[in-house]
Amino acid sequence: MFRDIYITFIEFARTFGSYQIFLLRLLRHSPAVLFTRFPLVIRQVYNAGALSLVIIMVSGTFVGGVMALQGIDILSIFDAEEAVGMFAAFALLKELSPVVTGLLFAGRAGTALASEIGLMKATDQLSAMEMMAVNPVKRVVVPRFLGGFIALPLLTAVFSAVGLLGAHLVSVTLMDVDVGAFWQQIQQTVEMEDLMEGVYKSIVFGFVASSLAVFEGYNAIPTAEGVGRATTRTVVLTSIAVLILDFMITAALL
Amino acid sequence: MAIRGTEFCYPADAVTDKDNKLIEIRDLVYSRGAKKIFDGLNLTIKAGHVTAIMGPSGTGKTTLLRLITRQLVPDSGSICIDGVDISTLNQAGLYRLRQRFGMLFQNGALLTDMTVFENVAFPLREHTKLSNRLIRHVVLTKLHAVGLRGAADLMPGELSGGMARRVALARAMVMDPDILFYDEPFVGLDPISMGVIVRLVRCMNDALGITSIIVSHDIQEVSTVADSSFLIADGNVAAAGSPEELSNTSSELVRQFMHGMADGPVAFHYSAPGYAEQLLGRDAE
Repeated sequence: MFRDIYITFIEFARTFGSYQIFLLRLLRHSPAVLFTRFPLVIRQVYNAGALSLVIIMVSGTFVGGVMALQGIDILSIFDAEEAVGMFAAFALLKELSPVVTGLLFAGRAGTALASEIGLMKATDQLSAMEMMAVNPVKRVVVPRFLGGFIALPLLTAVFSAVGLLGAHLVSVTLMDVDVGAFWQQIQQTVEMEDLMEGVYKSIVFGFVASSLAVFEGYNAIPTAEGVGRATTRTVVLTSIAVLILDFMITAALL
Repeated sequence: MAIRGTEFCYPADAVTDKDNKLIEIRDLVYSRGAKKIFDGLNLTIKAGHVTAIMGPSGTGKTTLLRLITRQLVPDSGSICIDGVDISTLNQAGLYRLRQRFGMLFQNGALLTDMTVFENVAFPLREHTKLSNRLIRHVVLTKLHAVGLRGAADLMPGELSGGMARRVALARAMVMDPDILFYDEPFVGLDPISMGVIVRLVRCMNDALGITSIIVSHDIQEVSTVADSSFLIADGNVAAAGSPEELSNTSSELVRQFMHGMADGPVAFHYSAPGYAEQLLGRDAE
């Protein structure tokens, strides 16, 4: 058993080391790609961001609605239903928007990134680029990484906005909370630093989710099974990383 | 043209070797895990020829192609292209060298998110500053050469296997390379597509004055197109010469391969314990 633990630990250390070296390659090429291949990056922002909008908006609406229902249920004990706007805003802006967007991003865009790059590897498209003297990391991997990195904070902002609208819809339209009180509570209590906590988290999650997805895709075993495994690992690793990092950032900012 | 700042296998002024050597492999050793794929392989490929590298499946023909193009790195030995030891090249030098290569992959390896036109234009857009108008002219010329000018707007998923390989060939030659590598170009093609590819390989080589290296086990097709052939077996060159010379050789291994005999030096059965012993379960004891 100890031998198994030892092997697992060595394997983890090796993968983590490879990931760090891969990150350095991504960061080294990122400025050049951003300036010389900007249209490619924009296309990837569209792929990772715009194509994820539906799932983000639907989820945001319902998460905001649920926050309102739960909030009103608890706040009614203290006869403070009007504070539901503040309750939903804090929950969404600081925690739920970045975390849920990060998890949804892993499932929608992260898997797409990993499987696309993995399949390009399996069908020799990356080798073909190498043979055409085109660096596949610069041409394929970095634009996708940057696209995801830029898209996730934008999606988080959309999630927050739609979530608040969902909360408004449930609170004001269904539960008869005063519309003025709902928005005034938010305006009076939410500070810039509360907003920025969500922004910081979304930037970190965007970096981690995108880099993990392209890392797994680029290092996938070039077979159907290998690409499938890389896709699964992307979701699992990103989800775990998002939740652990969320705890760490929250603890650091308190 | 030699690559600057690199180590030469022989004096730089002797790059245009009097024997017309373009690729020279010396004492090549390459292993995958515990299995030795090449064990001291020596091979010389002449400029301007169509050279075939043949051998039974699993002998490392494609691996050799990947070693020559430095997609893989050998354990030891040297591979010199145009007098340059490719193991001494840094990435920039390697990419400069590869701009002189064209490679046709077994499955075409077309970029699936681009049209046929954009696939062929891809190397031009990456390496040149040609205007769109000029790129259009060059791409249509190359597509016309492979008979697929009319397919310029199709996506790779809409092409048949033969068409995909012809598009890949157009892409491989769009930068007017000095050396064209073909990895199993005839596999899985119908007779018409195969005939087209065979004709194109020969025409491209002669019309453009390039060097072609074909990795294949399709003896019939290779025989019609190759100037010289190498037969790889057991990690080394088992025989070399023109296809006719290989056909008439006395070597049992070469005869088995050239005449497609099921059994011989390359055994029909994979290494296994005795048949009767295994059936009776004695091998497990």
